[in-house]
Amino acid sequence: MQRIGVFVCHCGSNIAASVDVKKVADVVRMEPGVVYSEDYQYMCSEAGQEKVIHAIKEYGLTGVVICSCSPRMHEATFRKAVEKAGLNPYMVEVANIREHCSWIHKDVEEATKKAVILARAAIAKVNLNTPLQPGESRVTKRALVIGGGIAGIQTALDIADAGYEVDIVEKTPSIGGRMSQLDKTFPTLDCAACILTPKMVEASAHEKINIYTYSEVEKVSGFVGDFTVDIRKKARYVDENKCTGCGVCQEKCPSKKTPSEFNRGLNTRSAIYTPFAQAIPNVPVIDTQSCIKFKTGKCGACSKVCQAGAIDYTQKDTIITEKYGAIVVATGFDMIKLDNYDEYAYNQSKDVVTSLELERIMNAAGPTKGHLERLSDGKAPKEMVFIQCVGSRCDDHRGKSYCSKICCMYTAKHAMLIRDKYPDVNVTVFYIDVRTPGKNFDEFYRRAVEQYGVNYIKGQVGKVIPQPNGKLLVQGSDLLDNKQILKEADMVVLAAAIEPDPSVRKIATMLTASIDTNNFLTEAHAKLRPVESPTAGIFLSGVCQGPKDIPETVSQAGAAAVKAIGLLAKDKLMTNPCTAKPDELLCNGCSSCANVCPYGAITYEEKEVNDHGIREVRRLAQVNSALCQGCGACTVTCPSGAMDLQGFSNRQIIAEVDAICR
Amino acid sequence: MQEIVNRAKELLADGTVARVLGWKAGEMSYDVQPSYFETAQSLDEFVYNGFCGANLSKYMIEASKMEGKTLICLKPCDTYSFNQLLKEHRIDREKAYIIGVGCKGKLDIEKIRAQGIKGIRSIEGAELTDAADTLTIQTIYGEKTCAYSDGMLERCHVCKGKEHQIYDELIGESKDTKDGDRFAEVERIEKMSPEEKFAFFQKELSKCIRCNACRNVCPACSCRKCVFDSTKFDSSQKANADSFEEKMFHIIRAFHVAGRCTDCGECSRVCPQGIPLHLFNRKFIKDINEFYGEYQAGEDIEADVPLTSFTFDDVEPGIVKERG
Repeated sequence: MQRIGVFVCHCGSNIAASVDVKKVADVVRMEPGVVYSEDYQYMCSEAGQEKVIHAIKEYGLTGVVICSCSPRMHEATFRKAVEKAGLNPYMVEVANIREHCSWIHKDVEEATKKAVILARAAIAKVNLNTPLQPGESRVTKRALVIGGGIAGIQTALDIADAGYEVDIVEKTPSIGGRMSQLDKTFPTLDCAACILTPKMVEASAHEKINIYTYSEVEKVSGFVGDFTVDIRKKARYVDENKCTGCGVCQEKCPSKKTPSEFNRGLNTRSAIYTPFAQAIPNVPVIDTQSCIKFKTGKCGACSKVCQAGAIDYTQKDTIITEKYGAIVVATGFDMIKLDNYDEYAYNQSKDVVTSLELERIMNAAGPTKGHLERLSDGKAPKEMVFIQCVGSRCDDHRGKSYCSKICCMYTAKHAMLIRDKYPDVNVTVFYIDVRTPGKNFDEFYRRAVEQYGVNYIKGQVGKVIPQPNGKLLVQGSDLLDNKQILKEADMVVLAAAIEPDPSVRKIATMLTASIDTNNFLTEAHAKLRPVESPTAGIFLSGVCQGPKDIPETVSQAGAAAVKAIGLLAKDKLMTNPCTAKPDELLCNGCSSCANVCPYGAITYEEKEVNDHGIREVRRLAQVNSALCQGCGACTVTCPSGAMDLQGFSNRQIIAEVDAICR
Repeated sequence: MQEIVNRAKELLADGTVARVLGWKAGEMSYDVQPSYFETAQSLDEFVYNGFCGANLSKYMIEASKMEGKTLICLKPCDTYSFNQLLKEHRIDREKAYIIGVGCKGKLDIEKIRAQGIKGIRSIEGAELTDAADTLTIQTIYGEKTCAYSDGMLERCHVCKGKEHQIYDELIGESKDTKDGDRFAEVERIEKMSPEEKFAFFQKELSKCIRCNACRNVCPACSCRKCVFDSTKFDSSQKANADSFEEKMFHIIRAFHVAGRCTDCGECSRVCPQGIPLHLFNRKFIKDINEFYGEYQAGEDIEADVPLTSFTFDDVEPGIVKERG
């Protein structure tokens, strides 16, 4: 029998306000195995930890139950504390009476009852706990950054500057990401290319950075410190070593009708293309879907004009397998599709554009060479209407519940730039709220209104109706004036919500990194660990974690890099001793566990067993505890219950359930 | 039948096999039991007729540990179970010599009795070679007849087909006897309200006497030590002491064999209480087909198993939950 001490935390008033902590401490003293219990205001404080240490020594405790916040918060703290008192750190269990109890209940009697039940479950578990010893695993001193936008580039640069090798995997033909599509950036209005391109060049020239463009992560195995990743390098059909980037192939390519991804489909590109002039690497790719050579076998124009002989139609996808200690996800975002927003006539009129499309229109390298003009007839607009929150802060299924965060500021930027360059153009912005928290942000917005005369109207637009004369009739409401507005506009710009790039779902699954209902990657802790995924060794950089602007993205990219560097700087990691262990006498050798193991930790061996006097050779599961991450998938798959998770054994879990149901 | 016996004698004589795993008659002609035969002489007791419903695949687990090869007679549907056991490394292919025996549907004596045919002395028309589709039954009340298909086991009405999935040689013709919808009954239950479903299963499962026949016959229930017999888990043992059987036993068993059950129907065939146990398994099979694409356990030994392999197209857990 264990000698268990139970320590009930008040957490200031966090727990004590709705749980009678003294009563909990009194009641659990009657539980089997409990020899000591007490309550204290802040158990995690130094004084609180001292109480635990003192009680272990004074009462000869063999097991400890802390009734406090979530174990995700302070389990490690208390493990360290009991270790100081000479107890095995795995003899501690945490009963979560804060998140699971006090925070969600108001009735003190009910909450106290539940706190007692949760404590009982933890006591029942500790009764069956056994000391566990962690092992060690090595750290591969190389990082992988998935995504080559500003987030990925900045993370890679910071890690590389610390002296570690970094690989960037980018799925498009060039690094640069969304930022490379932008014209100017708020609130300083410097041009995106001027500040991004030098970083792209720096990354590409950095001796510690290796960039795989036109490549995707195909498979991830392993765990923190020791990931093995398969990268599919898609066939470019252009030899990167031979190509000089002269661009003649793109000029001579006869297939020029493919919508340009980079220009958001506003103009077309050739079948052999680089997305934009400053692309890195400056090596084109052949889009086999539109290449005449690939479709019909006849053509080969690019090959004929290429002086360097770089065109290679026989190129195949290659798989590169590399080991990494840390992985940073920087997969970025895209605008939502506007198919569900018929009322804004996006699919009916060329003159209704998204903000990102407007960026391309305003950009000197864009489809209109930077002239603000209507895409339908090339005329200069005189009346422009911006509609905010298209799909953001939306409470129905069509859009996103969250604020996309960047739209208020880029719309103020667009409005200001237009008023500056074309003073005869009237600009009207329909908004729900203008949100400008950020350094120099509100000043920027006020300049748009006060200095540049942008007309801000608080209210939503109900409908945009294309008129026979080519104009767009905008029907909206002015909530401050309480009146309906009908306005004729030449162009309408939609601030469409942003969403995580769709590729993130597949990547999150491969990395076993959790994502939320909006496909944003989840942080290990919303406040205290914002750049780490709950999956060890996976870090988050940029919009893949949540909407953010460029300065925030760059800060987070740096933070993710620091976390990755902190990991790579270690030579060895302590492994989690809560690994799976098969009972050889129960194992059927059926391989179900090996099939479900995401870490490849289970193999089979022919082994002699002595099953109650019967000696025979059996096919048995063997767990490599260095590879096992304790996910428990095998334990629930095993039909005979032979597989058990140390620290979370079937018996312990059933004991907890029994204690709750008692 | 004689052809099988002759071939078995040859294989015993030339030392290819050390024993034969087949069927022999019990006290009554319809009361056929699985049996090992180790000598030519003992094979005189071998029978193979319409009452040889018993699936012999599971016996191969113990036969795999015996000296020498075992000749095992498998009907087309039995080969699925054999394959599944191979896939799970429970049996040794090298230790088996498989004669794929022909099948034109197996009979269920309870179905015959249900037609009011009682006091049965003998039944004609159940031999594989009989072309007749009518059974002639001698009873103490005189001669009765019954259409062959009316006497067939439930599983034969949803026959998986006449092809053997694995064999060394084939003897006898087979017939696809499918004339029903495999999932019709499952769909009927799915349409019930939760209360009706609960009442239905409680009524059926309360008949359970926990004889363990379903578990013992089930080729998927091949654990060295069943969780229900293990002292590591405190489930009520054989004593019918509480409502464990009606609430847990069969449901846990269905979960344990989910994705591995070939729908051989042995559980329902052997249940002395006539509980339609196959319905649980079939509900799982139906769901697996709908969620992960058509899958027949034991059909392709190399195929990925839906429940233990992951693909990016896998249905989200939320959808599974919504569907119930």
